[in-house]
Amino acid sequence: MNLLQSIWRSSLGKKYIMALTGAGLFLFVTGHMVGNLQFFLPPEAINRYGHFLKTTPEILWPARIGLLAMVALHIASAVTLSAKNKAARPQPYAGKTKDLGASVASRTMLMSGLIVLAFIIYHLLHFTAVVDSINGAGFDFDQLYEPNSGHPDIYAMIVCGFSVWYVALFYLVAVGLLCVHLGHGLAAMFQSLGLKDHVWGPRIGAFAKAASLAIFLGYASIPVSVLVFGHGKAYADVVKAGIVPDAAGAVKALKGGAK
Amino acid sequence: MKVKLKVWRQKNRDASGEFKTYQSPELNPSMSFLEMLDVMNEQLAAGGEEPIAFDHDCREGICGTCSLVIDGKPHGPHKGVATCQTYMRSFKEGDEIVVEPFRAHPFPLVKDLVVDRKAFDRIQHAGGFISVRTGAAPDANSIPVPKEAADLAMDAAQCIGCGACVAACKNASAMLFVSAKVSHLGLLPQGQPERYRRVKAMVDQMDAEGFGNCTVTGSCEAVCPKEISLDFIARMNRDYLVALLKGDAKKPSGGGAG
Ligand code: HEM
Ligand code: FES
Repeated sequence: MNLLQSIWRSSLGKKYIMALTGAGLFLFVTGHMVGNLQFFLPPEAINRYGHFLKTTPEILWPARIGLLAMVALHIASAVTLSAKNKAARPQPYAGKTKDLGASVASRTMLMSGLIVLAFIIYHLLHFTAVVDSINGAGFDFDQLYEPNSGHPDIYAMIVCGFSVWYVALFYLVAVGLLCVHLGHGLAAMFQSLGLKDHVWGPRIGAFAKAASLAIFLGYASIPVSVLVFGHGKAYADVVKAGIVPDAAGAVKALKGGAK
Repeated sequence: MKVKLKVWRQKNRDASGEFKTYQSPELNPSMSFLEMLDVMNEQLAAGGEEPIAFDHDCREGICGTCSLVIDGKPHGPHKGVATCQTYMRSFKEGDEIVVEPFRAHPFPLVKDLVVDRKAFDRIQHAGGFISVRTGAAPDANSIPVPKEAADLAMDAAQCIGCGACVAACKNASAMLFVSAKVSHLGLLPQGQPERYRRVKAMVDQMDAEGFGNCTVTGSCEAVCPKEISLDFIARMNRDYLVALLKGDAKKPSGGGAG
C-alpha cells in the first residue's frame, strides 16, 4: 500500500498528521504573536510589517496555502479520529463515571479546537478580509490610512477593532481556549510522535505549560492594552478623523484645545 | 459488615440490561471483592434468582481475567490493584457499590458483568510473539541484555491484558495494552528480528478491532492494575512510524540453492 494511504488509514498515522500539523500551527501562532507584539512599538513598525507582507505575494501566498492545508488536515484528522472514538464506545457507562486522571483540557480538545476554528474564521473576516459588517465599530476599517505613507493603517485598525468590548472579549476567550488546547496539545504532540520518555516527559510537560501560557499572555496583552489602558487611542482617533465625522472633536482635544 | 450492591444485569448481548440493587448478607471485611460476589450469588441462588455472572480465574492478580467497573473505576478504588485483590475493608458499612461491565465496542457483552475480550488475543496473535525456535534454556549470559532494557521490558511484561485501559479510556483505546506488548518484546534482543513487522501488525489489528485512539488523557495509566506507563505508548508510536517509513519487507526473489 502506498505510504500516504497507510498513514491516513491507520490510527497512529492520523495522530502523526495531527501532531505535525499541530506543530506547524503552533510555530505559526508563535511567529504571528511576535509580529503582533510590534503593536507596542510606534505605529510605523506594525504598519510597515503589514505592508511588507501584503505586498510580498511570494511569501504571503505560500504561507496562506500552507496554513490552510495544515488547518484542513488537522481538523480532518481530529474529526475522523473523534468519530472513531465515539464508535468505540456505543453504549456509555450507566453509572457515574470519573475523570480517572484525565485533565479538563485533554477531555475537551475537540471542543476547544472547534471554538478556536470559529474564532479563526471570524478573525480572518475581521482583520484580513476586513468585512465591516462584523466589526461592531460602525465603520469600514479599509478606510483607515496611515497619515504619512497613505498605506492601510493596521495599528489604527487594531485599536478600533478592540475598542468594541464584545469583540475584544471574544478574542480573549478564544486565545484562552487556544492556551488550554495547546497546554495539552503540545505535550500530546511529542507523545504522538514518539518523542517522549521518562527523562523528557517532565521537560515536555513544563514546555507545554510555559509555551501555552506565553501564547496566551502575548496575544491577550493587545486587546487588554486597548480596552483597559486605552493604548493607541489618541493616534487612532487622529487616523479615524478623516472618515468618522464625530472623531473630529477628538483631534482637537489631542491638539491641546478644549472641546 | 453489609453493603448494597447495585449491579448490571443483562441476560445476553441482545437483551436490554439494567441495574438491580441487592442487599448483601453479613460479610467479612477480609473477603475479596470476588468472594463477596460469590457469597452474594449463593444468596441469590438460594432465593431462586440467577447468580451474577462475572469473570475470574487466578484471584491473585496475575491472570487478567477479573474485570468490573466498580464505582466508576475499573478494578475498584485502589491504584495498581486488580479487582480480585480488592478487599471489602476498602468499603464502609452500608455503602452502595455500583458495579458495571467494561464497556467498549470491541469487548461485546456476554452476560451481566462478563465481556468478550478475545480482541486482545487476536492482537497478540497478529504479532505479540517471537518466531525463532528457542530450544532448550540457553546459558543465562549467552545473549547479553543491558540491565536497563531488561528492567524496562519487565515493566512492560507486567501487563496482564485485563482490558482496564480500554474500559477507562474515554475513547476506548487499547493503546496502553498494545504498547506494552510491543515494547516488551521490542526491548529485548530476541524480539529485534520482528520488531517493526510486529508493531505494524499489532497496531493494524488493533485498528481493525475498532478500538478508539489515544488522546493522551492518561486514564489508562491511572487505572492499570500493573501501572504500565504511558511512555510505552510513545515507544510504540516511534516504532510504528519507523515501520511505516520502512514499508513492507522485500519479497524473496525466488531461485535459491536447490
Ligand atoms: C491555531 C490553531 C491550532 C493549533 C495551534 C493546534 C495545535 C494542536 C496540537 C499541537 C495538538 C497536539 C497533537 C497531538 O495530539 O499529537 C493538537 C491536537 C488536537 N487538536 Fe488542535 N490546534 C489548533 C486548532 C485546532 C482546531 C481548529 C481543531 C478543531 C477540530 C483542533 C482539534 C484538535 C484535536 C481534537 C486534537 C487531539 C487532541 C489529543 O491528541 O489529545 N485543533 N492541536
Ligand atoms: S482473577 Fe486473575 S488477575 Fe484477577
